[in-house]
Amino acid sequence: MTRYLSLYFTRIGFSVATALLGAVFALPLIWFIFAPFNPRAELGLAVPDPFSLANFETVFQNAFALRGLWNSLIQSVGGVILVGAGATLASYALSRSPIRGKNVITYILLLFSSVVSGSAAMVPIFLIVNGMGLIDTHIAVILVFAGGLLPTAMFILRDFIDGIPKSYEESAMVAGASPVQAFFDVALPVIRPGVVVVVVWAFVNIWGSFLIPFILLRSSEKMPASVAIYSFYSEAGTPIVTLLAAYSLLYSLPVIVLYLFVSWKFGFRFFGGIKA
Amino acid sequence: MASVSFDSVTKKFGDFTAVSDLGIEIGDGEFVCLLGPSGCGKTTTLRMIAGLETPTSGRVRIGDRDVTFMHPKDRKISMVFQDYALYPHMNLADNIAYPLKVRGESQEKRHARAREVADVLKIGQLLERMPSQISGGQQQRTSLARALVYPSDVYLFDEPLSNLDAKLRLEARGFLNHLQRDMGMTAVYVTHDQAEAMALATRIAVMDAGIVVQYAPPLEVYRRPATTFVANFVGNPPMNLLPVEAMIADGALHLRAGGLAVVPLKVTRAAAKALEAGRSLTLGVRPEHLAVASGGEENTIEGELFANENMGPEALVTLEREDTARFTARIFTDEMVALEGRVRLGFAADHIHLFDGEGLRLPLDGEEG
Ligand SMILES: Nc1ncnc2c1ncn2[C@@H]1O[C@H](COP(=O)(O)OP(=O)(O)OP(=O)(O)O)[C@@H](O)[C@H]1O
Ligand SMILES: [Mg+2]
Repeated sequence: MTRYLSLYFTRIGFSVATALLGAVFALPLIWFIFAPFNPRAELGLAVPDPFSLANFETVFQNAFALRGLWNSLIQSVGGVILVGAGATLASYALSRSPIRGKNVITYILLLFSSVVSGSAAMVPIFLIVNGMGLIDTHIAVILVFAGGLLPTAMFILRDFIDGIPKSYEESAMVAGASPVQAFFDVALPVIRPGVVVVVVWAFVNIWGSFLIPFILLRSSEKMPASVAIYSFYSEAGTPIVTLLAAYSLLYSLPVIVLYLFVSWKFGFRFFGGIKA
Repeated sequence: MASVSFDSVTKKFGDFTAVSDLGIEIGDGEFVCLLGPSGCGKTTTLRMIAGLETPTSGRVRIGDRDVTFMHPKDRKISMVFQDYALYPHMNLADNIAYPLKVRGESQEKRHARAREVADVLKIGQLLERMPSQISGGQQQRTSLARALVYPSDVYLFDEPLSNLDAKLRLEARGFLNHLQRDMGMTAVYVTHDQAEAMALATRIAVMDAGIVVQYAPPLEVYRRPATTFVANFVGNPPMNLLPVEAMIADGALHLRAGGLAVVPLKVTRAAAKALEAGRSLTLGVRPEHLAVASGGEENTIEGELFANENMGPEALVTLEREDTARFTARIFTDEMVALEGRVRLGFAADHIHLFDGEGLRLPLDGEEG
C-alpha cells in the first residue's frame, strides 16, 4: 500500500516539476503573443488592456522595416529554390550513381560547408563577392547562403534517398521510362517529403540570418528583416519594446505559415509503398 | 514474344563473381524458372535480361537483338519486382497504366486498358485506391497487372509470390500457370521454391554459386538430377544421399555401407570410369520411392526410428543410422504407420541414383549417356 502511495506522490511531484519547467519556457511565448497588441507593453508580462493594433500601425509606417520583410522573402525564396533544386538533384545523383568515392565527396562537402557558412570564412567570402562585383546585391546573399546550406542539405537528403528502394525507378525504366521520366514521375514524388524538410530547414535558416546580409549588403533598401529590426532600437541602443514586439510577430509569421502550409499540404511524413 | 539467349555471360561485383559463364537459351514461348538458394545469382541473371545490370563479359540477346548494353526502356520487357515497387503516390489505375503513360497514350485509353487488365486480375473495384490501402495479395496482382498492361517480348518475374502467405501463393501460382497457357508468353521466373519451379516451368535452370548446374524440363530435373546439389535442392523432402563404397566384382557393381543392402548393379561405362578415380560414390533415393519393408534383405536400408510425422495423406518416416546419417521415407497412407525401434526401408532398383566423388550423376543401366 505504502509503495503505491509513494509511487503516487512521485508521479505528482514529477508532473508538477515538468509543469513548472513548461511554464518557464512558455512565458516568453506568451509575452510574444500579448505584447504586440499592448500599446504600453514592457518587458514584463501583461495582458493587453485595452487590446489594440496601435503598435502595428506605427510599424506599418516604417517603410524601411516593411521593405526588410520583403527583402527577407526575396533572399529566402531565392536561396530555398537554389538549395532545394541543387540538393535534390545532387543527392539523387550521389545516392544512385555507381561512382566510387561518393561517400568521401559527401563528407568533404559537409566539412567544407561548416567552414564556408561559419563566421571564420566571412573575410574570404566578402573578398570573393567583392571581386565578383556583387556586393550589395540580393544575388550575393542568395549565393552565399546556397553555398553554405547546400552540403548539409545534400547530406540530409542523400540519407533519405538512400533509404528509398531503387526498384521504384527501375520498374519505371523497365516499363519504358527514360531516366529523366523515371526521376520526375516516380523518384521525385517519393522523395518529396525529404525535399520538403530540407526546404523548410533552409528557409528558416536564411530567414533568421543576420551576419551574412549585414556584411554583404550596403544600401538600406536591400536589408532583410533580421537587419531592419534594428530600426526599432533607439539611438542609445535600447529597444522600443512595443514596436519591436509587433515587428517580431510579423517577422515570425512567414515561418509559422510555412510550417502550417507544409504540414497541411504534404505532412512531415513518408508514405511507404513497398511491402516489407 | 521472343527468345532470350545468354552467350557466356559473366557478372562480377568487384572481385566477387555473381554469375559465371552463363550460356542458356530460352526459347520463344518458354517459361523458364531460375531456381537456386539465396545468393546464387538468380536476380543478377534476371536483371541482366532487364538491363538493370550490365554483364562484365559476354552477350545477352532478346530475339535477334543484341541487348547487352541497351537501356531497359528499349528492351520491350515487363518485370514484376519482388517488393512490387508500386508507386506510392499514384492510385492503382495510374500505377497499372504508367507504362502506357510513358508510351504517350491518352488518359482515357490507358485507363480503359488498365481497367480491362485489372478486371481479369480481379482488382477492378480497387482502381481508385492507393497502394498502401490494399492487401499484399492485391499489391501482388497490381504489379502483375502493370507488367501485363502492354505487350512485351519477355516477361520477367523476381520471386513475385514470396511475400504472400501459403494459400494466396498457391492461388497466384495457379493463375500464373493459367496465364502462361493462355498467352504463351516468354517468361523468366526467379524463385528459390522448388515446388513453384516444378509447377510453372517448361524448363528449370538450377543455379549454384553463379553457375547453372542443370538446365532441363522439370521432370528431367526431378528424375535425373545432374548433381547431388540438384538432387538435394529439388524435391520435398530432399533426396536421401548416402556415401557408399563401390567396387566391381564378378562383372557387377557392388555398393556397400553399414545397414545397406543393394542388389549388384550393371556396370556402366561411366561407373567404371568413376571407380578409377576413387571408390567412394554417393547413393541417392527419393523419399517417395521408399517404403517400409516387411522382410527381405535386398534393396533395403536399416536404422533406428528417428521420427514418424503424419501429414494427412502421407507420413514422413525417418530413420537414423549408426553414423547419424538419416533417411526419410514419404509413405502415402491414410493411417498412421505404427513403427518402433529398428526400421527397415526398401526401395526399387530402378529408382536409385548414383553420383561420383565430385557429386556428378552417373548414368545407370537403361539411361542414355
Ligand atoms: N550490387 C551488388 N554489389 C555487390 N554484390 C552484389 C550486388 N548484387 C548482388 N551481389 C551479390 O551477388 C550474389 C548474387 O546475388 P543475387 O541477388 O543475384 O542472388 P539471388 O540468387 O537473387 O539471391 P536471393 O534468393 O537471396 O534473392 C550475392 O552474393 C550478392 O551478395
Ligand atoms: Mg534475388
